[in-house]
Formats: sequence, structure tokens, C-alpha cells
Amino acid sequence: MNRDYSLSSEIVQSLQDFSEKNRPESYLIPALQMVQESYGFLSREHLDEVALLLRVPYAKVTGVASFYHFFNFKPSGENEIVICTGTACHVRGAGAVLDRFLEELQVKLEQPTEDGRFSVTDARCVGACAQAPVVIIGEKVYSKVTPDDVPEILSEYGFEADS
Amino acid sequence: MAQLLNGESIQSIDGKARIFVCMGGGCVSSGAEEILKLLTQKIRRLETAVELEILGEQVNFDSDSAHPSGCDGFCDQGPLIRIDPPGLIYTRVTPEDVDQIVEMTVKQGQVIEELCYHDPEGKVYELDEELPFYCNQKKLALASCGRINPESFSDYRRLGGYQALEKVLTEMSPEDVWREIRVSGLRGRGGAGFPTGLKWKHCYEQQADQKYIIANCDEGDPGAFMDRNLMEGDPYRIIEGMIIGAYATGASQGYVYIRIEYPLAIKRVKKTIAKLREKGYLGKNILDSGFAFDLSIRRGAGAFVCGEETALIHSVEGRRGMPRPRPPYPTVSGLWGKPTVINNVETFANIPTIISRGADWFASIGPKTSPGTKVFALAGDVVNTGLVEIPMGITLKEVVEEIGGGVAGGKKLKAVQTGGPAGGCIPAEELDIKIDFDSLAVKGSIMGSGGMIVLDEDTCMVDLAKYFIQFSRDESCGKCTPCREGNTRLLEILERITRGAGKENDIYLLRRLAEVQQQTSLCGLGKSAPNPVLSTLDYFEDEYKKHIFDRECPAGACRYLVTYEIDEEACIGCGACKRVCPVDCISGASRKPHLIDQETCIKCGQCYEVCNFAAVRR
Ligand SMILES: Cc1cc2nc3c(=O)[nH]c(=O)nc-3n(C[C@H](O)[C@H](O)[C@H](O)COP(=O)(O)O)c2cc1C
Ligand code: SF4
Ligand code: SF4
Ligand code: SF4
Ligand code: FES
Repeated sequence: MNRDYSLSSEIVQSLQDFSEKNRPESYLIPALQMVQESYGFLSREHLDEVALLLRVPYAKVTGVASFYHFFNFKPSGENEIVICTGTACHVRGAGAVLDRFLEELQVKLEQPTEDGRFSVTDARCVGACAQAPVVIIGEKVYSKVTPDDVPEILSEYGFEADS
Repeated sequence: MAQLLNGESIQSIDGKARIFVCMGGGCVSSGAEEILKLLTQKIRRLETAVELEILGEQVNFDSDSAHPSGCDGFCDQGPLIRIDPPGLIYTRVTPEDVDQIVEMTVKQGQVIEELCYHDPEGKVYELDEELPFYCNQKKLALASCGRINPESFSDYRRLGGYQALEKVLTEMSPEDVWREIRVSGLRGRGGAGFPTGLKWKHCYEQQADQKYIIANCDEGDPGAFMDRNLMEGDPYRIIEGMIIGAYATGASQGYVYIRIEYPLAIKRVKKTIAKLREKGYLGKNILDSGFAFDLSIRRGAGAFVCGEETALIHSVEGRRGMPRPRPPYPTVSGLWGKPTVINNVETFANIPTIISRGADWFASIGPKTSPGTKVFALAGDVVNTGLVEIPMGITLKEVVEEIGGGVAGGKKLKAVQTGGPAGGCIPAEELDIKIDFDSLAVKGSIMGSGGMIVLDEDTCMVDLAKYFIQFSRDESCGKCTPCREGNTRLLEILERITRGAGKENDIYLLRRLAEVQQQTSLCGLGKSAPNPVLSTLDYFEDEYKKHIFDRECPAGACRYLVTYEIDEEACIGCGACKRVCPVDCISGASRKPHLIDQETCIKCGQCYEVCNFAAVRR
């Protein structure tokens, strides 16, 4: 088993541990979660290695990965701006906040900015409905956001609009 | 001793008062961490214990009195500080207030009036038991949320925690336990309301070498955060309920299935499990009773349908989270084909209290067929957004007006949505309806898992139905045609209605499609997805008609049906709108009234937002 893996040695180790447990296939999702959390997305190569290490067919790995929203197959921007579009956020104006982010950054949903620094994505209810509408960037949660707050939030991350 | 567990008002148990800084999601996002840090620093420096009277109650503080807590429920008023006893609540606390709290309240027993809750009329409330938000609630599941340090085993224990489990292991047989739960009448809090005792009995009666128990904390309903706050605020209680359930059903392995979007809850449960193993409450021989049970965590991966029990089982097994037909029910053939009990987090939270106080006591709360309490996440256009727990059988009106403080911003109430994408709307006229499983169903909504969204007059009901159908379309697993195709078709129709291209028989089509989908879908997602459409059609058909026949959105929410016009009288010609318009369709000379070219306007609403003179009308 002297193969070079592109996955980090810790992850390879954990995956090997999983593969020795009872019902290794039941660790497929935890394994994918680990990779996604370390690399921000699942590359073809990584999926291939997960399949190999857990001894699960590649088709099953991609089948499972593509089913769950948590996994993505493309890298996102360095600062991922997550806009909650749960019911409370929706009725309190999350749509307008989302539009404003897209417009300020001049991007489409889930498409990173040219410099790769920002991307905007919408999320299922994040369970912070009392603060609706909610925007999350990294660990930081912004509550009761209005479209007018958007430039200020972006400037915290060093973004300046051209005009 | 077990006051808290039993949902009674708190009394000083060890003579000490505790200052809790709420660390729930709401309070943290409004700055609670800094407050806790400052307060802890200050309190640590208290050299001698202080004994004094606050609001008639004898309490004492020492250098260990400051603690973090889970969500106290009153999120809108956060950052929140609670001094228990006497139950003094400080709202919207800022870091600058910390000095004063220590100097005046902790050292001198004085209440700082500015920090107390003021109602809109200016009346001041000091204690939770007087505050309308709290005093109309009845907290059983949430009894210690906000009143203990959720990461402290001894804190939960101090208030009676794990006494129920000890009682179960020493005095009761598994049959006794599920019988007790049966007699209590407890119904599952995850939405369907299945009697918990009966579910446990079914699993108990199965012969198998291995059985499982799972706590469902997938909580995917948009507009719901009950289970999140329970898990973050009182994880020891949930796990106690689970261990009792495992004993009653014969499960030796359990899983806590938590949404990956709830990192704090995951962290807390992890710590809780580790601590309980160390203390001998989990493991091969729990408290020397010979009973063996252990727990693992599985994180969801962002698929709403995985909250459905058979899909959840597939997900734990490492497969795509697609539901399968039932029967067989999981209690017969669940995880890896073994008998499996799945309960909602809030269901488990009720178990210790039922065991401690007895089934009859629990059964006496609320209506006979829906006893107990229900936790709701109150959100939307309501003054007091937050987490509330009410005795079953009180009216929606009481919740919205008394606990919720009415509609925010002086607007008129239009409807209350319960049950999320599987539920429906109760219009303002029907607000006297009682909250229990059966009454809500009669009015075309459902209890659901506890999302309660208050909608004001600016909400467009067609848009709301579209929002939910879009959600269900996105979350449908695609396994069966009625749900996969049905949601797509429903969405198409709703979309064209909100775009002003509705057709004459669209209402008929919506109803017809919705009914077929309800009857023929495989799982609860597909079956209940049309509910928001049907219930808004039932109560707000006129609004649909306005969209279809008059091309108008009475609430002004449907972008394509709004016309933006500049009022010549009010416009001062500042040009602000002209500058923001992305399609350059506003013309006008400086200081002259401007004009919007309706042909080109894409109705983005920016001119409306930017005009400082209220000259843009819609
Ligand atoms: C689409 C769908 C999503 C569901 N999501 C949840 C959920 O997030 N949490 C939950 O406890 N139950 C959820 N349920 C209900 C579960 O299938 C199951 O009935 C419940 O967990 C049983 O627990 P209880 O009897 O304690 O309510 C969902 C059902 C469906 C059809
Ligand atoms: S009803 Fe929808 S979610 Fe349920 S099994 Fe069918 S397609 Fe999947
Ligand atoms: S922003 Fe308002 S006042 Fe200024 S030109 Fe436009 S409509 Fe007139
Ligand atoms: S709504 Fe948008 S597109 Fe239309 S006039 Fe106003 S700014 Fe221009
Ligand atoms: S988060 Fe503090 S009261 Fe809810």
C-alpha cells in the first residue's frame, strides 16, 4: 500500500481506521465530511482516494456525495458569504439582501469573484430565525441585515466597490 | 430538589445565586461573548462572598457566580443576563453595562431599571415571573435551558438531573418505563405526533440480538430552531431521555443524528457523551445496573429529507438519504434491519420529567389527546422573536399577542404559519384556535415540529406558497414521480402567477395537482409539500385571483407585479434614483421631476429604496 495520496496523511489514517471498523461503508459520509471540511470541496482525485481507502465503489461514493447539499465539487471563494433563506429570513427580506451582495460583488450565486476572494451562497435555515435575516461569513453571524448594511459588511473583509 | 427538572419556578438550591449570560445563537450574534468575558473577570475578583437581598429574596454571590447558559428564549432582547434566583432579567446588555451590574446589583442588591425589559407602554418588568413573555409559558422541555451551564454535568445534576435515570435503573423494569410513558400520553414532537410509549412498546416486543435508538436532530424545517437550542442549551437532559428510552426498548447502541449546520450542538453533545462515559452513565455497565448502552454522533450532510426516519436510517448506513415505503416500520426493521426507535430531540427532553413527576401529572396538562407542552420557534413579523414553550391547548392568539407581544412595527397581522413546508397558514380571523395536534389539523395546518412564523399584511400569500414549494422541490429526493414532478409543476404555476402570467384555470390546476401529489407520494415530504398551497388557497383565494386576473399583488411583494412610479409633486429631482438604476431607465433634468420608462424597468426596486423623499411609489 505504498501509494502516494493527495489527501493529508491524517485523513488517510482516519480513512484507514474507518475501513477496519465494522461496516466501513457506514463511515462514507463522515469520511466525505472530513475531506470537505479540510479542503473546502471534493475533487475527483479525493473522491477516488476515499473510494479506494474505504473500499467502496467509486460510483457509490459520487452517488452519495452528490445527494447531499453539504458537499460541493468546486472550490468556493476565500470568504464564503452565506445568506440564510429560511422562512423567517425570507419573510424579513433575505432575498433583497442576497441580491445586494450579488450586485456589489458582481457575481452570480455560488460563483467566486474573479480574484477568488468572495463567493455568495444561499443556505437552508440556519436556525437563527429570531435574528432574521441572517448572514454568515466564516464564524461571524450578522443579524437583522438590511441591503443597506451590505457594503459595510463587505468592507470588513477589505472589499471596496469600484464606483 | 428537582425543581428545575420538573418545570417549577427556580428556587435557590444551594443558597447561591448565579448570573447567567445567555450564549445562545441570538445573544452571541448581538455580542454576548464579550459580556461574559468581562463579567467573569469582574466576578472572579470578588474576594468575599456577598450576601444580600434582591427583590425580597435572600441570595449570595461569590467569585464563581458568573456562568454561560444556553438560549433563554427571549432572543430578541439579547444579549440577555439572568440572575437566578430571583429570576431577574436584564435585556440588551452592552459591555459598558457590566461594571454597573457588578457594582449595583451584585454588590448592593439594587435592580438597574434601564436594563430591565420595558414594554411598549414603558412599563418595567424585573422578574421573569412577571414578564409577559415568560409568565405565559410553561417550561418542561426547556425547564433548564438558560438556567444552567450546558457544559456542566454537575450543574444539571444539582437541579435533579439523572435522578429519573437512577430511578428507572433501580426501581423500574423496561415494561414499567414504556407503560409510564404510554399512560402519560406523550406524543412525538417531531411532527407526526405518534404516541411515544406505543413506539417504545413495539420496539421492546421485537426479538433481536441488537436494537438501536436514534435521536433525530436533523431539524431541517426552515423557521425552526427548537432542537438546536435544546441540544445547545441542555444536552444532558436529551441524553438522559435517550438512555431511559434505550433501557425501555432494549437498545444497546444509540446515535444522535445532528445537522452539520449546528456545530455548537455537535460540540456540546460530544462533550456530554465523553463526560457521561467517564461518570459511568454510558458504557458497559451503567451505574452497576448491568445495563449496557453507548452513543455515537452522526452528522447530517444537508438534506432535508434525511429528517424522515427511513431516509435518516439510510444516511446513518452511509447511503443516499432516500425514504422507503413503510411498513415495515423502523421499530420492526430499522438500522441494518434491526429494531430501531427514532424520536425527536424534544420528545426525549420530556422523558426525565415524566419519570420524575409521574405520568398522571403530565397527562393532566393540556387537552387529553395532546397532553404536555410544545416548544415553538417564534419568528417572522412579531415583536418578541425567540423560543417559547407553551402548555398545549392555549390559543394561537395568546402566543402571538401575549408571549409574542403582537405584530412588529405596528402592522396588521395577516396569518400565522405553522409546520413549515409541510404545514399551512392560519389566517388572523381564526386565531382563537387552540394549539394541539388535532385542532390545527382541522384548520388545514399542522402542529409540525414547532416553527411558528408570524406574517404581517405585507406578506404575499402566493409568494409564500411559492417559497415553500421551491423549498420542497429543491429538497425532494426524486425517488417518486408525484413528488418530483408535482413540486416542479406546482412551482411553475406559482411562478407564472407571481410574474403576472397566471392563467384562468391555474387555481383549479393547483388544487388538482396538489391533491394527487398528497395522495400518491411515497413519503411525508411529497405528501405534505402541497399543504402550504392548499391552505393559502383555502383562506386567500382572492389574493391568487388578484394576481391572475388583475395582475396585481395586493401586498406589493411580487416584484413583477409592482409598478414603480415617480410622484411628480414629491420628486425634487436629486437624481439619486437615476444613478442607481441598473438599466438606466430613469430620465429627468436636474431639479426637475424624474420619470421611469416602464418598458425598460426591470422592477429591481432600487430607486424606491434610495429615494429620500418618498417620491418613488409602488
Ligand atoms: C421530510 C420529513 C422531514 C422530517 N424531519 C424531521 C426532523 O427534522 N426532526 C424530527 O424529529 N422529525 C422529522 N421528521 C419526522 C420523522 O420521520 C419521525 O417521525 C420523527 O423523528 C419521530 O420522532 P417523534 O415520534 O419523537 O416525533 C420528518 C419527516 C419527514 C417526512
Ligand atoms: S415523496 Fe419526495 S422526498 Fe419522499 S420519497 Fe418521494 S420523491 Fe423522495
Ligand atoms: S431620488 Fe426621489 S427625489 Fe430624487 S430624483 Fe429620484 S424620485 Fe426624485
Ligand atoms: S425599479 Fe429598478 S429598473 Fe425600475 S426604474 Fe427603479 S431602479 Fe430602474
Ligand atoms: S439566544 Fe439568548 S435568549 Fe435566545
